[in-house]
Amino acid sequence: MWMLELPPFVPFYIGALIALMSRGMLRAAIMLAIPVLSAIHLWMVPEGVYLQFAFLDYQLIPYRVDKLSLLFAYVFHIAAFIGVVYSLHVRDTVQQVAAMLYAGSGIGAVFAGDLLTLFVFWEMLAVTSVFLIWARGTRRSYVAGMRYLIIQVLSGVILLIGTLFYGAENGTLEFGYIGLEGISGWLIFLAFGIKCAFPVLHSWLTDAYPEGTPTGTVFLSAFTTKVAVYSLARGYPGTELLVYIGATMACFPIFMAVVENDLRRVLAYSLINQVGFMVVGIGIGTALAINGAVAHAFNDVIFKGLLFMSMGAVLHMTGRINGSELGGLYKTMPKTTILCIVGAASISAFPLFSGFVSKSMVMTAALENDYGWIWLALLFASAGVFHHAGIKIPYFAFFAHDSGIRTSDPPTNMLIAMSIAAVLCIAIGVYPSALYSLLPYDTGYNPYDATHVLAQTQLLFFSALAFVWLNLRGLYPPELPSTHLDVDWFYRRVFPAAARGVFSVIWSVDSRIRQAIWLKLDSFLGHLALRGEGPSNLLSRTRPLGSMVMWVAVLLASYLLLSFIG
Amino acid sequence: MRNEKDHIFDNPRNVKRVLHALYGCCVFLFVLDFVIHRHIYHSWENLWGFYAIYGFVGCVVLVLVAKWIRKFIMRPEDYYNGEGRAEFEDNAEEELSTKDKVTIGDHDVDA
Repeated sequence: MWMLELPPFVPFYIGALIALMSRGMLRAAIMLAIPVLSAIHLWMVPEGVYLQFAFLDYQLIPYRVDKLSLLFAYVFHIAAFIGVVYSLHVRDTVQQVAAMLYAGSGIGAVFAGDLLTLFVFWEMLAVTSVFLIWARGTRRSYVAGMRYLIIQVLSGVILLIGTLFYGAENGTLEFGYIGLEGISGWLIFLAFGIKCAFPVLHSWLTDAYPEGTPTGTVFLSAFTTKVAVYSLARGYPGTELLVYIGATMACFPIFMAVVENDLRRVLAYSLINQVGFMVVGIGIGTALAINGAVAHAFNDVIFKGLLFMSMGAVLHMTGRINGSELGGLYKTMPKTTILCIVGAASISAFPLFSGFVSKSMVMTAALENDYGWIWLALLFASAGVFHHAGIKIPYFAFFAHDSGIRTSDPPTNMLIAMSIAAVLCIAIGVYPSALYSLLPYDTGYNPYDATHVLAQTQLLFFSALAFVWLNLRGLYPPELPSTHLDVDWFYRRVFPAAARGVFSVIWSVDSRIRQAIWLKLDSFLGHLALRGEGPSNLLSRTRPLGSMVMWVAVLLASYLLLSFIG
Repeated sequence: MRNEKDHIFDNPRNVKRVLHALYGCCVFLFVLDFVIHRHIYHSWENLWGFYAIYGFVGCVVLVLVAKWIRKFIMRPEDYYNGEGRAEFEDNAEEELSTKDKVTIGDHDVDA
């Protein structure tokens, strides 16, 4: 019944097409069925290459299956299913179709066996996902989406140029280990880096994700960055530079997250922080580190999705998302509160929650490979993530001072979606072997030994103690209605201002030159007119009509003569 | 007006209980450090209560540094508001006026 050669993105694209033409219950049923059927199909697909053909001089492999791509494809199916359940109440064709195409593109990208196919899905991810931001329908989301689209497409263009160089250098387009050799290696690295939100290249994420719709951002958080993590894991494992980039990614966003007011933007910063752990793992490049990186990506999709869903529920029910306007929601949204806390515990890597079983692999790998300072930085980032995502998010939304908002728990479909994610977070935390069996390498790693559990628990509890102490002493920065500048300030403010300055100079010079030329022309014409005064002048002389007729006759006669000669 | 029922943290004693439980856990975990033998990979781990101290100091430093950074990067909420006004000239006005009227439980956010 199932064709083995059918690439898994096809059902999603077909599903999007059917969703476009159907409505109501039928559309909901189709959108729910697609990820489930596709996942069942995928479960039965063994590793191997299923689709390849020659294109120009190159062999293209649009569908290649191995353990690494399968792991990401599984979690993308889970994310798509949870996202669809979460957005069942939405009646917006654009969002629903875009979400299906976006999920399909993510899945297509991880099965791409060559760089050209990867490029196609890379751009599809950008083009389909932007509609989830624009669907918010505000001016802010429109301009944020535009900036997002430009940066994402730019990343794709760089990838394409890198691919062309790669093809010329190596004579093949197969997507395997690339490494930082040659111009193609660096270009492709840069393209991956933009999508992966490397420091300085990250601002598209924190700019655009918080502007998406409550449901759209749940999809957004799952796919784009994880496709980039997958691509790095395949193309650049063991690249030492990644260790330092990753450590920076893990550390700098937590400072921004502590002071940020928009709670979904706080989550966007912590998304970069978590991707930092993955990038460090890829940079270390040992079997344990790579396992840790991809396992953490798997878990992150679920727990970050859960956190974005809980904040989306708050936004959906109250119309607000700023920490300064929220508080005390546990009274009327108790279920959302509990589900949010499960997500918070998972991202903070509490033992028995999913973050713990994957993050500890990266930490252990850092220690085993003598990256002592990196390990300390990651430890600091672990404490920091608990601080801003683990405590700050639930605290300012659901507890803190009572904002006076009285609402209720969100619609049932949202609660179900969050519950699925929460159950997965706990299940993976309690029984990590299931996840470990899907990982690319078999390392026999066990996260639950006394050393790890005690160390992590101490770290977290004393971080919580620090939060309490700072709060009681009044040292904790209050949530203020504010905007915080980030790298996007350069292209949203500095660059336009500089451009305005440059253009105003150009325009003033231009207008001065024009004016001078006009003046000259004017005086020249005046001069001519002055000379043309009086009846004796060439221009103002009158001629009789007869002479004109004569000259026409002369002209025709000369034509006649010429025709004889010719 | 206040006829709704009291919730769990409306009572300051319950907040105190949670805090005391946290203090208790912290003390317990700190003591465990002396009981359980840890594998040592990094020289700093030899320090008694290394993780506890690192977590506490790390977070305090994090927050104080973040507060300090805030001095440089904080701007008013409407700092970027002028952007893209040309594209949305017509409903810019409208949007501002509805913003003030957002009511609790407003479902318009995902239009």
